[in-house]
Amino acid sequence: MVKLTGAEIVVQTLLELGARTIFGYPGGAVLNIYDEIYKSKELKHILTRHEQGALHAADGYSRVTGEVGVALVTSGPGATNAVTGLATAHMDSIPMVCISGQVPSALIGNDAFQEADTVGITRSCTKHNFLVKDVNDLARTLREAFFIARTGRPGPVLVDIPKDVTINTAEYSNNGGQVDIRSYRPTNKGHSRQIRRVMDEILAAKRPLVYTGGGVILADAAEDLTTLIRTTGMPVTNTLMGLGAYPASDKQFVGMLGMHGTYEANMAVHNCDLLLAIGARFDDRVTGKIAEFAPEATIVHLDVDPTSISKNVVVDVPVVGDVKSVLEALNVMIKESDFKEKQPDLSDWWQEIDVWRKRECLRYPAKEDVVMPQMVVETLFKVTEGDAIVVTDVGQHQMWAAQYYGFDRPRRWLTSGGLGTMGYGLPAALGAKAAKSDQPVVLITGEGSLQMNIQEFATLAQERLAVKVVILNNNFLGMVRQWQEFFYDNRYSEVDMTVTPDFLKLADAYGATGLRATRPEEVEKVLRQAMETEGTVIVDIHTDREANVYPMVPAGAALNEMILL
Amino acid sequence: MKHIISVLVENEAGVLSRVAGLFSARGFNIESLTVAPVGDGDTSRITLVTTGDNNIIEQINKQLNKLIPVIRVLDLTDGPHVERELMLIKVAAQGDKRAEVLRIADIFRSRVVDATPNAFTIEVTGDSGKLDACLALLEPLGITESVRTGKVAISRGSKGIRKEPKG
Ligand SMILES: Cc1cc2nc3c(=O)[nH]c(=O)nc-3n(C[C@H](O)[C@H](O)[C@H](O)COP(=O)(O)OP(=O)(O)OC[C@H]3O[C@@H](n4cnc5c(N)ncnc54)[C@H](O)[C@@H]3O)c2cc1C
Ligand SMILES: Cc1ncc(C[n+]2csc(CCOP(=O)(O)OP(=O)(O)O)c2C)c(N)n1
Repeated sequence: MVKLTGAEIVVQTLLELGARTIFGYPGGAVLNIYDEIYKSKELKHILTRHEQGALHAADGYSRVTGEVGVALVTSGPGATNAVTGLATAHMDSIPMVCISGQVPSALIGNDAFQEADTVGITRSCTKHNFLVKDVNDLARTLREAFFIARTGRPGPVLVDIPKDVTINTAEYSNNGGQVDIRSYRPTNKGHSRQIRRVMDEILAAKRPLVYTGGGVILADAAEDLTTLIRTTGMPVTNTLMGLGAYPASDKQFVGMLGMHGTYEANMAVHNCDLLLAIGARFDDRVTGKIAEFAPEATIVHLDVDPTSISKNVVVDVPVVGDVKSVLEALNVMIKESDFKEKQPDLSDWWQEIDVWRKRECLRYPAKEDVVMPQMVVETLFKVTEGDAIVVTDVGQHQMWAAQYYGFDRPRRWLTSGGLGTMGYGLPAALGAKAAKSDQPVVLITGEGSLQMNIQEFATLAQERLAVKVVILNNNFLGMVRQWQEFFYDNRYSEVDMTVTPDFLKLADAYGATGLRATRPEEVEKVLRQAMETEGTVIVDIHTDREANVYPMVPAGAALNEMILL
Repeated sequence: MKHIISVLVENEAGVLSRVAGLFSARGFNIESLTVAPVGDGDTSRITLVTTGDNNIIEQINKQLNKLIPVIRVLDLTDGPHVERELMLIKVAAQGDKRAEVLRIADIFRSRVVDATPNAFTIEVTGDSGKLDACLALLEPLGITESVRTGKVAISRGSKGIRKEPKG
């Protein structure tokens, strides 16, 4: 067997595991690894301008491809800069591996130059992490890291590698990524008795509702979900993380649920007699007041992570397993039984839902002189024919994007839901574009969020990656301002963002194209121009400063207590 | 309710901090925790005592299982089990009190493990109630210091904790 240095093993094992593009930032502790990257013809490295950017880019790469995203950072400040990216991926269950350099083994614990207790710091924001002390464990550890990252409930895994381990040599042979971890065996197949109970519950329900989340996207089970919904005729709602799992343009889709969900989705949750939760985790932004959540429903929960089940809401029928395999089994069971004859008629339930729909909760007033942000998203949908990969930052613009850009396909909607990380958008869009260079990638952002990782425009330029950046510029930290308007008597404390860079000049400075719209009639034109222009385009759209996101369920209120416009 | 949970883990660096970190991050209580390698030394067994309603205990069990190096989680409170704790107590005893200390030690079937002209160190094992009672009796005689291990426990009967992979 050949002997390789640790640094060579890192590159070889990454290739063995299928990684072709990684995102990172060099430094002392990872110099040996970077030297191997320099020599490698197969492993492409994208140099971001900040480690947080590298992590979000790897995250974006993973969300559009379903593969494990890979980031590489140096010890100390490199690793601490990676923390927000790890936490973001952890909250949204995104499979990633972050390799961090560490000071040489002999210096660990000595407050050495650029030392940080990376494994200690990242323990609670990763699915798992490793410190590799012996080069003989390196390849196995990387294989385990990938395996843990992508199986069960996915998540980020960090592998901390001391510098001496990258120099030392060990035998290496490609084993195709095989691992055997006796203490880690995620359940995949659901229990068939439980699956039968799910079918029986559907058969007993007169007012069923299917509530699906990020798990359906992560499991690549959108088709299986669509089959289930079509054959059973049930209404379906998605969480923010679950958008795209069922075609938004279909009439069985009742919109997103939760704090900024549609009236019809939230009323359906409140009134259903069966809530079938699939790959969703009953987040507090979804449930509102727990005690009054789905008060009349039998709750069925299908999730690969047993800790998700009955964590926030007590579940009547738990099914532990992978969404895809369980839905496949359920669909077969339905097909092979007399389900159709036995299923109750749902038309009364649909009539009720249609009455809620008539509230047209997403209608907003058009203004003559002021651009409404909702209109921008609707126009973007039209201009891109609803088929762009849409990335967002965090705030009002994120909610408007979720509400007004209907996603018909999975893995075309990238947003930081669980951690709500401002600054996620631009680097995540970069990662998405690096993976899908042939498809349009649009970032919908706010002038606040964009400034949190604005340096990544340089990376886009260097890599010649074209992202269309649409700024819904309200010169406010809008989402915070909205809360201050509603719940703090209009006391706008520290949310003014009137001072921003001139985004046209900024575009120019980064070799991108800058466009601006300040009036409603200009919006479609600039958006079309943006999509037609080659390269990265920054579209600065001045929107109604104090527009609010409706509907809104105030924090802690029940879902049927929505504030409507 | 109080629960005694046995956790069989890979004997590797950082496992204890993963377990302890889980409890602090999720706001679960730990009343006591003991850990030592068992068997051939590649696994360790943690015994922890915690409190919470059924939902919390269920979450604790699931969350422990979710930690990658955890091989098995067993809630011993679910069935018959034996629990023991060890305590060392140093009593400053002079004159007539010395005989009294020895008498109490004897009642609790404890052993004197160190003696000096003005102090005894006593080792007591048993369940927590017994240790508490022993402490209470010795208290008036002048306890200089005491230390307890926290509970270790094992199920009754012939079956052992399974070592096969989870899942
Ligand atoms: C400003 C702001 C406002 C928000 N408002 C809303 C809102 O109005 N509505 C809303 O829905 N969200 C909202 N969110 C997002 C919210 O915070 C949560 O991120 C989101 O609701 C969680 O989505 P989810 O339940 O789909 O879970 P995810 O975080 O996507 O978790 C996925 C679940 O699926 C499981 N899973 C993963 N893989 C599989 C598999 N292969 N098989 C089976 N199960 C699997 C996981 O164990 C987990 O339980 C908002 C966020 C922000 C920042
Ligand atoms: C890193 C980070 N800091 C603070 C917040 C809190 N926060 C949530 S939304 C928001 C305002 C976002 O403003 P902007 O990006 O301009 O978007 P808008 O709401 O105006 O659309 C803030 C400050 C956050 N989510 N992330």
